[in-house]
Amino acid sequence: MSSVPVHGVDNTHENPTHRAPLVLNHDDFGSVTRDILKVNESPKPPKSWYLSLAISFGMMSMLGVMIGYLVFTGVGVWGNNNPVAWGYPIVNFVFWVGIGHAGTLISAILFLFRQKWRTAINRFAEAMTIFAVICAGTFPGIHIGRTWLAYWLFPIPNQMDMWPQFRSPLLWDVFAVGTYFTVSLLFWYLGMVPDLATMRDRVTHPIKQLAYGIFSLGWRGSMRHWHRYERAYLLLAALATPLVLSVHSVVSFDFAVSQLPGWHTTIFPPYFVAGAIFSGFAMVMTLAIPARELWGLKDFITMRHLENMCKIILLTGSMVGYAYSMEFFIAWYSGEIYESFTFINRAFGPYGWAYWIMVSCNVITPQIFWFKKARNSIAVMFVASLLVNVGMWFERFVIVVTSLANDFLPSSWGVYEPTYVDVLTFIGSFGLFMTLFLLFIRYLPVLAIAELKAVMPEADPHGHDHDEEESHE
Amino acid sequence: MSDIPRENLYGLAAEFADTPSIFHAAEKTHAAGYKWFDCLVPFPVHGLDRAMGVKMTILPILVFFGGLTGLTLACILQVFTNSLEIDLWALVPVVGYQFDVSGKPLLGPAAFVPVAFEMTVLFSALTAVFGTLVLNKLPMLYHPTLKSPKLARATDDRFYLVIESKDPKFVRDDVEAFLQSLNPDSVIELEK
Repeated sequence: MSSVPVHGVDNTHENPTHRAPLVLNHDDFGSVTRDILKVNESPKPPKSWYLSLAISFGMMSMLGVMIGYLVFTGVGVWGNNNPVAWGYPIVNFVFWVGIGHAGTLISAILFLFRQKWRTAINRFAEAMTIFAVICAGTFPGIHIGRTWLAYWLFPIPNQMDMWPQFRSPLLWDVFAVGTYFTVSLLFWYLGMVPDLATMRDRVTHPIKQLAYGIFSLGWRGSMRHWHRYERAYLLLAALATPLVLSVHSVVSFDFAVSQLPGWHTTIFPPYFVAGAIFSGFAMVMTLAIPARELWGLKDFITMRHLENMCKIILLTGSMVGYAYSMEFFIAWYSGEIYESFTFINRAFGPYGWAYWIMVSCNVITPQIFWFKKARNSIAVMFVASLLVNVGMWFERFVIVVTSLANDFLPSSWGVYEPTYVDVLTFIGSFGLFMTLFLLFIRYLPVLAIAELKAVMPEADPHGHDHDEEESHE
Repeated sequence: MSDIPRENLYGLAAEFADTPSIFHAAEKTHAAGYKWFDCLVPFPVHGLDRAMGVKMTILPILVFFGGLTGLTLACILQVFTNSLEIDLWALVPVVGYQFDVSGKPLLGPAAFVPVAFEMTVLFSALTAVFGTLVLNKLPMLYHPTLKSPKLARATDDRFYLVIESKDPKFVRDDVEAFLQSLNPDSVIELEK
């Protein structure tokens, strides 16, 4: 392994005969621990951390105020109306659940495919998943109207002898999102236990020692434990892979199982899953780029990692583009007048502006990643990832609003306009997300330290043996 | 070095600086016939479990039955609550909410698939995580290897091989000589 040439710090070369290094400028395990935990151990985080936390916390408080106003007044404070009964809350729900998908994709699917570069980004992508699902779960919870009856969603015996309707996709969603949140949380926590133990053995403050001591469960690095741990990790990856594909499929069933033109299509499950991965990777990139700059993690989240993410964004963005065009084609090919009208109306009707924002952000923007120059430019990546986030929100807006606003009978058509409560609730959900994320960065191991050590060439117990054998020949 | 009396001695640890050393040390310890020994390592060293002679864990079997439990529960839950009307043990009436939606059958297996799938995954994942913890006897907030500050780097960049005093072959001086023969950086006594 020692013969692999490292061309400075550029590990984006495409030479298939040399494995590109995943950790740069580190050849011992101790310095990896120190450099990653610098994020947590530095006496004070950067000023920008305090500033971002203050802003995020303010936005989160606004979310609380808006939800309080909603609960005390009623859903009339929103712009939801009779044909468009779903509006912002469901748009935001699908948006956040979609973002949550990248974390599990990185931790589970890329793990099964032996994509070792995932180790640098899996921890905070998983954290992002959990926080995004928390934001997502908030919206259906407050959208049901009488929030104090939210427990009716669950199969709990009650005095009215009423049970949830298991033939409804909305109930499938409760199970899918609930399972997804639980499994993601377990996956994240199990992966973090060895790193929490590393922190436990390094912190000096007694309260921190106690906290990390409890949450690391007494992990001591026993190889007999690692053996079961690795098996459990593999099993969780194998379970989470179909799970992540099922969650957004079930979310798409909320639409596809109905009979509304524009919703009632079989392409929805794969199209939604591709879109979810697309938006999730964009969000990982949006968060990773500032994080690696601020905390000096460039040796671990290298240009190669970012380039790989660009490639996935290009792939999934093109899949989403294919789905958009296929929807149009089928609308025409089916000969269904309602279906054709819905799609013409989407692109050229009253919400046409939203449709074209969606197409330009989601289909055109990622095409720039065909060029290696773009894949290696931090500025291009950052802007593109932001545009993709915007585009994916508009995708859900277009799907939810256009189909509901103009369905079969012109006499029942309506217009949807969000109120300031809708908008501020949505902005507030970003505050919730960012607050949780900033706290995570400061107080938990932000990269999977143990996993990163294991992908370094020095971790191979046979590395030296091969050298010896070669020298004998 | 024999400061700790025999009854208080948890075991002896040998410290190594890199993965090939701990790998060879584990192979030799396994070959020498020790049963109660362990390696403390900061990350899973590839193949070290096999070198130590660790048997394959039963975790996958547990997870399979966990998943089966979830699947069964989901089917029972959905069939009972949506379509059946029975008296459990002739005492407890379970009445489903037999809601007719546009003439769809009450017992519609296709509609029950998503929830059955999710519950299968949920129960399997719970079994995988809590099964690992139970089999590893975690949480265990006190342990002799955690007590010694000399072993703190086991979660950072050092590799330790520990032979416990409860091993039937454990004779203090022999074990110490054996560990020294593995060329460790140091040999450490561990108090219970």
